[in-house]
Amino acid sequence: MILVVVIVFLALVGYGLGRSRAKAAAGNDLASLHSRPGYHGWHVFLLGAGPAVALVLLWLIVDPLVLRWSVENSLPPEILEQPPEMLDFFIQDVARVADGKLPHGGMTPALESSAAYYGWLDSISTVLRYVIGLLVAVYGLHVGLGHISLDFRARNRVEAWIRAALLAMAAISIVTTAGIVFSVLFESLRFFEKVPVADFLFGLEWSPQTALRADQVGSSGSFGAVPLFAGTLLITLIAMAVAGPIGMLSAMYLAEYASSGFRAIAKPTLEILAGVPTVVYGFFAALTVAPFIRGVGESVGLGVSSESALAAGLVMGIMIIPFVSSLADDAISAVPHALRDASLGLGATRAETIAQVIVPAALPGIVAGFLLAISRAIGETMIVVMAAGLAANLTGNPLEAVTTVTVQIVTLLVGDQEFDSAKTLAAFALGLVLFVATLLLNIIALHVMQTYREKYD
Amino acid sequence: MTDATRGMVEPQAVGRPLERLLSGPRPSFDEANELVRKRYAREARFRMMGLGAIIVAMSLLGLLLLSVATQGYRAFWQTYITLDIALPQEEIDPEGTGGPDVIGRANFQGLINDTLYAMFPDVEDRREKKALRGLVSSGAALDLRDRVMADPSLIGSDHAFALVASDDIDQLVKGVIDRNVAESERRVKDHELAWMDVLEADGRVETRFNTILFTHGDSREPELAGIWGAVVGSFYMMLVTLFLAVPIGVASATYLEEFAPKTRLTDFIEVNINNLAAVPSIVFGLLGLAVFLQVFHLPRSAPLVGGLTLTLMTLPTVVVATRAALRSVPPSIREAALGMGASKVQAVAHHVLPLALPGILTGSIIGMAQALGETAPLLMIGMVAFIVDIPATPLDPATALPVQIYLWADSPERAFTERTAAAIMVLLAFLILMNALAVFLRRRFERKW
Repeated sequence: MILVVVIVFLALVGYGLGRSRAKAAAGNDLASLHSRPGYHGWHVFLLGAGPAVALVLLWLIVDPLVLRWSVENSLPPEILEQPPEMLDFFIQDVARVADGKLPHGGMTPALESSAAYYGWLDSISTVLRYVIGLLVAVYGLHVGLGHISLDFRARNRVEAWIRAALLAMAAISIVTTAGIVFSVLFESLRFFEKVPVADFLFGLEWSPQTALRADQVGSSGSFGAVPLFAGTLLITLIAMAVAGPIGMLSAMYLAEYASSGFRAIAKPTLEILAGVPTVVYGFFAALTVAPFIRGVGESVGLGVSSESALAAGLVMGIMIIPFVSSLADDAISAVPHALRDASLGLGATRAETIAQVIVPAALPGIVAGFLLAISRAIGETMIVVMAAGLAANLTGNPLEAVTTVTVQIVTLLVGDQEFDSAKTLAAFALGLVLFVATLLLNIIALHVMQTYREKYD
Repeated sequence: MTDATRGMVEPQAVGRPLERLLSGPRPSFDEANELVRKRYAREARFRMMGLGAIIVAMSLLGLLLLSVATQGYRAFWQTYITLDIALPQEEIDPEGTGGPDVIGRANFQGLINDTLYAMFPDVEDRREKKALRGLVSSGAALDLRDRVMADPSLIGSDHAFALVASDDIDQLVKGVIDRNVAESERRVKDHELAWMDVLEADGRVETRFNTILFTHGDSREPELAGIWGAVVGSFYMMLVTLFLAVPIGVASATYLEEFAPKTRLTDFIEVNINNLAAVPSIVFGLLGLAVFLQVFHLPRSAPLVGGLTLTLMTLPTVVVATRAALRSVPPSIREAALGMGASKVQAVAHHVLPLALPGILTGSIIGMAQALGETAPLLMIGMVAFIVDIPATPLDPATALPVQIYLWADSPERAFTERTAAAIMVLLAFLILMNALAVFLRRRFERKW
């Protein structure tokens, strides 16, 4: 870190030098420079700091790997033959001892000698890093300063750097997607080595409790995800049954009837519903809606479990009203006025116009909005975690507790866990299903919108 | 529907008045009037349904906020019991050194207990004595110790100290626990009620503004639990997100909107950003767990990791908002700059970006507000731990405000429920503040071209 600061400081000195040299080269006639002096300065700065900082950061990433590799090569075979977890543990202790801390395990001669070796390598690496980093920086500055002349195109060079940096930033989105795909996919593949894909996708039994010892009763957890899919579907259906009609009717009213004053108040108010954090909806579902439904159920003689699919679904429905309404509103508003006027001019009432002209014309947008709302409902986590329950019941009864994909991901991963058990890996497999499902819904929605949209121009 | 009904012989069987008009024989004047009346009635009904839907949605929002407010407003007050506590020199600081280490070791819990026993001398039973001690919170002794340490001159005489009441007593005083319920179903028993009546008659019970809620970290005791630790954790996360998501997002958007040639690569980036915006937040949590924790071995439960995860989640929002803001700057600005001999980079950096700044800021603030309210990905990276200490750096274990809400909502104590609702109010206040700032920026600086 200090090294980076020193390099940047050096490069700033280079900026000042570059600027003044460019000014000096121009003499009294600044216009004779191709680029303004500041660009010369920045060019020197970039040549000084850019490669050096990149090298140091790369070094910091590669350094632990190289160190580990060389320490492992120096270890006696009896330590190397340990299981990988123990070896990991040993290496961590080596690093701790070399750092002057106490090891987690006991102190052994092997540990001590390895730590000494590790410390020696580490100090060499640090010295080398400083020397090479500074050398690269100074060399860069030297080259940069050497470039300065009246017709050197410093501005074009600096702008090329800026463009490259912007492109690199834009590419982070690709890195993120790749990160999601690979992290989720690799862990899922490891899971499918332990549990066959067909068992996971079509199994009817979900009880991920794997035993600590192999000889325990019920030691093999079962990973049939159908109850989770059914639960997710049930809650999504309930949510859409709430959000669909309310969202659609609101959108139609806002787009076709409401005065602009009413619209200016009502639309942002509806959108507040989408801005409320989901954990607040979870609280509302668990502590207000669920007891209320339970009370109503008991008063009419129905047994309602305290964590019912109905409560979670209703509240989730409230949450996605604005997704449905604002997308439907956009679609309805995009229908050209000529269609509306023609229908009204023929004597149809507004309601008839909406039902028979506007909605059919806006249908692709409305369908896409519904699909996006469904994808939102499937991926929603906090409401179901707090209100839907953990028991994997395969049931269509909304008054019982069901569980969903997201709830199980949370339950499997919260708390201490080892990363290799089927239990934790199952969470990644569920994550993969979730990712693929929402991605598909998204793609279908886009496709519907683009393919079936009527072109009126 | 239309095709099917046209072919029907009996016009009266058709449902919709308009279609009946179109398909049947010409109606008489009265019949036509009747049909028109029905159609207008339908129209009015439909309109009412639309209005009704909006009213339903708004009242659901109102119900949500109301239920939070009614459950939470009590948590902003806390019950204190004032006791005259003797601070004998020989028990606290026999040598009279006044040193904090000596005072710190004194048995302040014992002093509080003795005071209570002296006030109610007829309490003999061990279980009743325990209940009597339990009127004040277990944290009161620490509080008393701190106050004596801050002012050693108190030692040697009697002083009145207002001590934090335990959560059940607090709920009783606030009226949440009903005195008229049968004793077996009440958390506060009859003898405790009697003691409280005595204390209240003495004017020793009062409710004050609950500063503990805003200054303490989490605790197992509701009356000692606060949101400050979570607020600080959230603050660090927002800091990380602000310094990563906004620059990266603005840079990506600027590239895509102003510089990108139409290539496969840039198309791919665009599709990617749109898809990322639709990925459920919990999947970002899985990414954070697998990449930041397992591959890079960053510390679990650290706001840094939370901030990084939220950055990836917020990026698409910032990119989309920035692109919209850039697009709203008219091309004439760019053309004028280019025409005066500015390079493309200069035109964008000196003219387009400053003009787009209000829109960029608005979008960034809205993205940050989303990130502030996000819970699910933080659960994946271990920010759900029970953490008492206030985090000092972004690398210390911490929790975040929404996660604290989730944790408290799970607690069975009635007093935690009201604190959950209070924490929600604080979170909503932050969000309202951020959104108001965004609206203000838009109103104040947005230019219509």
